[in-house]
Amino acid sequence: MTQETLFEVNAMPYRQAIPVYGYRFGSNKKTLAIMGAMRGDEFQQMYICAKLVKTLTKIEAEGNLNKDYGILVIPSASQFSMNVGKRFWPVDNTDINRMFPGYDKGETTQRLADSIFRELKGYQYGIQLASFYIAGEFLPHVRLMNTGYTNPDDGYLFGLPYLVLRKPKPYDTTTLNYNWQVFETDAFSVYTKATERLDEENANIALEAILRFMAKKGFIDYEGEFGTKTSFVEEYDMLTIQTKAAGLFIPIAKAGDLVLENEEIAEILSPYTAEKLEVIKAKKKGRVFFVRHAEAIMEHDLIFRIIPEEV
Amino acid sequence: MISNVVSLGLPVGEKLAIPRNRIKGEAKDNGKRICIVTGTHGDELEGQYVSFMLNKILEKNKSKLHGIVDIYPANNPLGISTIYRGLPGYDLDMNRMFPGSSHSSGFDYMVKKIYEDICGADLCIDIHASNIFLREIPQIRINENSVKTLLPLARHMNMDFVWVHQAATVLESTLAYSLNEAGTPTLVVEMGVGMRITKDYGDQLIDGIMATMKKMDMWDGDEAPIKPPIVSTDGHVGFINANESGLFIAYINHGRRVRKGEIIGAVVDSLDGTIKEELKSPVSGLVFTLREYPIVYNGSLIARVLGGL
Repeated sequence: MTQETLFEVNAMPYRQAIPVYGYRFGSNKKTLAIMGAMRGDEFQQMYICAKLVKTLTKIEAEGNLNKDYGILVIPSASQFSMNVGKRFWPVDNTDINRMFPGYDKGETTQRLADSIFRELKGYQYGIQLASFYIAGEFLPHVRLMNTGYTNPDDGYLFGLPYLVLRKPKPYDTTTLNYNWQVFETDAFSVYTKATERLDEENANIALEAILRFMAKKGFIDYEGEFGTKTSFVEEYDMLTIQTKAAGLFIPIAKAGDLVLENEEIAEILSPYTAEKLEVIKAKKKGRVFFVRHAEAIMEHDLIFRIIPEEV
Repeated sequence: MISNVVSLGLPVGEKLAIPRNRIKGEAKDNGKRICIVTGTHGDELEGQYVSFMLNKILEKNKSKLHGIVDIYPANNPLGISTIYRGLPGYDLDMNRMFPGSSHSSGFDYMVKKIYEDICGADLCIDIHASNIFLREIPQIRINENSVKTLLPLARHMNMDFVWVHQAATVLESTLAYSLNEAGTPTLVVEMGVGMRITKDYGDQLIDGIMATMKKMDMWDGDEAPIKPPIVSTDGHVGFINANESGLFIAYINHGRRVRKGEIIGAVVDSLDGTIKEELKSPVSGLVFTLREYPIVYNGSLIARVLGGL
């Protein structure tokens, strides 16, 4: 393993220079790149990459990393936001993951995206540890953007419970995942339950999934945990459950639960009297894929996504 | 008549409502409707003055108005009330969420209802005020795909400049793009600076709106003289970005002409007193955008210069 300073974020005299490190394994060949945190709250994503660097260092030292392949891990490019507790670029609240492929003569976050993409471009495979724009808990899954360049088959190699295909919206066209694919990298986003907090169990699920993918591709010799059978789901087919009332949100179902049609999955309570304002029921039998994190919730808001059983 | 386009319960005992004032003319109804929309970005306030003045003028002169003027002063009331550009608590730019959705968050639903309410108007004017970082001369921005429909309307708006810009996929989620796609002609006005009101610019735009209404046979009142705008495309716009971080000191005033190579300002270091970078204009022309907020980073936009004049 070699640690390399890929570029620096320099904002003297107001902030000290911040190096963005890459950890390289194997040869110089551009085989697999893994990107961790690009937002200031993606501590779990950075942690998964850090654990990956530690594990790959050991695998390489034991001679179990195939030297024909080159692997790059970037645990974080969001230190500038992380250290001040902000999710996005703290100056103008722009999102680096909405600036790809970047522009070296553009605005600050366009230049940052350009610096990141220069390092990540040209790899055969790319994995992003991603987070969702709404805070909540997911079932671990691999997500692909349906760009027309998509190769979903390799998504099964992670051995995670679900492989989700998303039809991109206009704002998706500036994400890393989308642009990786446009530039001919087979790109996958790996989602686990947590974002802003460290969740050991789920960090290990993501770590094992990435190592499983690498082992099945022949990049490493690794005997880890067996993965699970992967179900393919189009995001469009998931059921969306929304609130009708605003108030305190008391979820009953958890991510991963199998719920029956009309089963109670949450309650909305009055914030003043704890009176039940709404009982939320599953529209169909299915697996809870996403549960919103919120103490209190507004009217008409997204609280669950459920994969119906027949999908 | 003041009503709410949409009203949603917030988590703890408050309603989020999007207000609209519908002013119905008392002159012969020709079935036309104009929408004046602003406050999508909570830190942009130039449109507040325009909304106030238009309400004042039109309420007093209904006898001279044909059809309907709908004024939406606060598309993002939570943002305006908390000095926050995006949607507080949701951290997304509302102007990247159109046309909205019934199947996602409450804010997506709110966006959908606003979009649906405006759809079908004969003209929508979407007033923006740059951001807190940059000051803009009064201008209209038009996507090149809509230039045929929008440019004739934009010429009456009394703005200094019409910028016909390239289409970008990411901009397909804006209010203006979504409405234009749906056949509701929508002009985007950019003027002034975030968190401030530039009264002269507001007055200039109001004259333009009244002139445009006159052209659309919606207004029988007086019309101030309208100056034709400079019309330009991306090819004539020169960008100046900082390549260093530090404190930006402008050497020129906003809205003046510069020569190619002229130094428009410098990025300096307040710790050691050095000049880190002097920034030169890449073209001769009009400085229509100038940095207002002095702390800059590598990449911060400093100025835009309109060449080819």
